[in-house]
Amino acid sequence: MSEATVSKIPVTVLTGYLGAGKTTLLNRILSENHGKKYAVIVNEFGEIGIDNDLIIGADEEVFEMNNGCICCTVRGDLVRIMDGLMKRKGKFDAIIVETTGLADPAPVAQTFFVDEDVQKNARLDAVVTVADAKWLSDRLKDAPEAKNQIAFADVIVLNKTDLVSKPELAEVEARIRAINPYAKLHRTERCSVALADVLDRGAFDLDRILDIEPDFLQADDHDHDHDHHGHDHHHDHDHGHGLKHYHDEDMQSLSLKTDKPLDPNVFMPWLQNLVQVEGGKILRSKGILAFHDDDDRYVFQGVHMMLEGNHQRKWKDGEQRESRLVFIGRELPEELIRSGFESCIVS
Amino acid sequence: MKEFTPAPDSASIVSVTDRVKPVTLGMGVTSVHFLGPRAAFVGGEENVAFVDAKGEITTVAVHSGGILSTASDGKRLVMGGDDGKVVALDAKGEVTLLATDPKRRWIDAVALHPDGAFAWSAGKTATVKSGRAEEKSLEVPSTVGGLAFAPKGLRLAIAHYNGATLWFPNMEGSAEFLPWAGSHLGVTFSPDNKFLVTTMHEAALHGWRLADNRHMRMTGYPGRVRSMSWSAGGKALATSGADTVILWPFASKDGPMGKEPAMLAPLQARVAVVACHPKNDIFAAGYSDGTVLMVRMEDGAEILVRRNGTPPVAGLAWNAKGTLLAFADENGDGGLLEL
Repeated sequence: MSEATVSKIPVTVLTGYLGAGKTTLLNRILSENHGKKYAVIVNEFGEIGIDNDLIIGADEEVFEMNNGCICCTVRGDLVRIMDGLMKRKGKFDAIIVETTGLADPAPVAQTFFVDEDVQKNARLDAVVTVADAKWLSDRLKDAPEAKNQIAFADVIVLNKTDLVSKPELAEVEARIRAINPYAKLHRTERCSVALADVLDRGAFDLDRILDIEPDFLQADDHDHDHDHHGHDHHHDHDHGHGLKHYHDEDMQSLSLKTDKPLDPNVFMPWLQNLVQVEGGKILRSKGILAFHDDDDRYVFQGVHMMLEGNHQRKWKDGEQRESRLVFIGRELPEELIRSGFESCIVS
Repeated sequence: MKEFTPAPDSASIVSVTDRVKPVTLGMGVTSVHFLGPRAAFVGGEENVAFVDAKGEITTVAVHSGGILSTASDGKRLVMGGDDGKVVALDAKGEVTLLATDPKRRWIDAVALHPDGAFAWSAGKTATVKSGRAEEKSLEVPSTVGGLAFAPKGLRLAIAHYNGATLWFPNMEGSAEFLPWAGSHLGVTFSPDNKFLVTTMHEAALHGWRLADNRHMRMTGYPGRVRSMSWSAGGKALATSGADTVILWPFASKDGPMGKEPAMLAPLQARVAVVACHPKNDIFAAGYSDGTVLMVRMEDGAEILVRRNGTPPVAGLAWNAKGTLLAFADENGDGGLLEL
C-alpha cells in the first residue's frame, strides 16, 4: 500500500454532530492560504455557505455489500462521485467528505477499503470529528451517532471551548477519553486549529501506525514505562492509566499488550475470527505485533470486519519487541478478547 | 473476413500494429464513439476530439466541466456533465443543449433511443424527452446507476440499488420493479428485447428474462464489469472485468441460463473495454496494460492491434460499417485502424 500511497488522492472525512462546527472547520480549511485545491463532497440537504470551486452534493446512500456480511456497508453515492471526480484528475489535490450530523462514519471509511476502483485512486487519510464542548456530553447520552463519531475519530476537534467552564471542559474531555483515548484531541474556539493537525494525518497508513499509545499520554510527555507484569494483562488495563470509567458508557476502548512473542499461526486465525464474529461491535482496531521467529514488525488496522495488515520493517536493535493491540467498540466482550489473545502467546 | 485469417503456421500472434494510424489527443479520454465517418474521442472533461480517416483532429467544446456519461447511435452523441447539462453532438460537430438540471446536479447517466428520444438522470430522478412531448420524470428509490432504452417501443430501464425499474414514460403508473439485492450500475437490453442485463457494484452481472422475470446470475468475475457489448444480431454479450473476455451466450430462449460462457483472448492483464463488430462475429478488446486485440468469436483467433506497456485502454469503437476501429488509452494516446 505504501508505495502507491504517494500518488493516491488523500481523503479526509469530516464528521460531527449537528451544530458542532463542521462547516466552520471546512471553510477554515478551504480559505487558508495553502495553495491546494480541494474537492468537497457535502450532503445535498446539509448546510450551505461553503466557498469552493468544486462542491459535490451527496445523498449519503448506504449500501450493503452483497457478501453476506451485514456490517460491510459502503456509501454507494461516494463510489459514484469518486468515479466522476477521477475524470477531473489533476484539478484538485485532496478530497474532503463532510457527512451529516447523523451519519455513521463506518460506511464512508469502508468505501475506501472495499471498492476496487476507489482504492486504486484514493486513500483515506483520517476521520476528523468536530465536537461541541457545551453539548457533547448530552449528545453522548442521547445520540448514538455522536458516540460513533467520537469512537471512530483519528482527530477530535473539541470546539466552542469558550462556552464552557474549566470543570465542564475537563468533564467532556474525560467523556471523550473514556470512549476513544487514541484520537488526537485539539481544543478550539471557532474551530481554530492548525491545518497540519487535521490534514495529511495518514491515520490509515500502515506505515504510520508507529505508536498506538493513548494520545493523552503522549501529550503529557510523561515517562510511561511499560510495567512488565508478565502476561497478566489485567493489570495493564487502560483505565489504570488514569482514565475515568463511565458505567453508563457502552462504547469504550480495550488495549492489550505483551512482551512475549505471538504465534502467527494462532494469532491470525484468532483475529480474523474475532472480527468476523464481533465485527459489528468493533469499530476500529489497530496493532503492532511481534511474532515468534520473525525479525519484522507486523502492523494491522481494521474497520469493523475489514482488516489489512503487513510486515512493516525490521525490529530495531534494542527496540522492545512488544505486541500492542487496540480495539474501540461497543459492548466489547473484554474477557473473551483477553483470553483469546493470551492463547496466541508462544509459551 | 480475410483480415481475420491468421497464418496457421505462425508461432506468434498476427500483428497489424504497423497499420494503425497513431492518434495523440493530448487529453484524458474516457470513451470512444463514431459519428458518421469520424471517430469521436470523449475527454474526461470539457471536450470531444473528432478524428477523421486521415488522422486530422478537430476539438469541440461540449461541457464546462467533467463529462460523466455518454450514449451514441452513430448519428448523435449525447453526454451528461458535472455542469448539470445534457448536450448532444452531431456528426458535423454541432453542439445542442438538450437539458439543464435546475439544481445543476451531476448528470450521471444518459441513454439514446433509436427514434431520437433521449433520457438522463440526476440523483434518483430519470427523465425522458421524446420528440415534442413534454419531459416525463420518474423517481426511483435510490440514485440511478444506469439507463437504457428498450429496442422496441418507448420503454426505459433504470438501474439502481436493489434492482432495476422498467418504465413506459408515456403510460401512467407503468413502472415495473425487478428486484435483485445489490447495487446495479450499468444496464442493457438484448437486441431482441427478451433480456435485461445489469452490471453490479459487485464483480457480477445480473439478468432478467423479461417474459417471466426469471433471474440470471452471471458471476465469477475477478473485478467489476464496466463494459458490455452485444455481438452482431445479439447472439452473445461480450464483457470486461476478467483477464479474458467473457462471452455469455444469448442465442437460445433461455439465454445464458445453465450454460458456460466462452472465455476468449486471455492475457496477463484485465480486460477494460470490449466492442463487438457491427456485422461480423468479431470483437475488439482493450486491456488494463494498453493492449488492443481483435478476436474472432468462433475460435478465439487473435490479431494484435496495439502492444502493451501503456495506461489502460479507455475506449474502443467500430464505425457503423465495421471498416474502422478507433481506440485510446486513459492518457489520450490511441489509434485508428482501417480494415
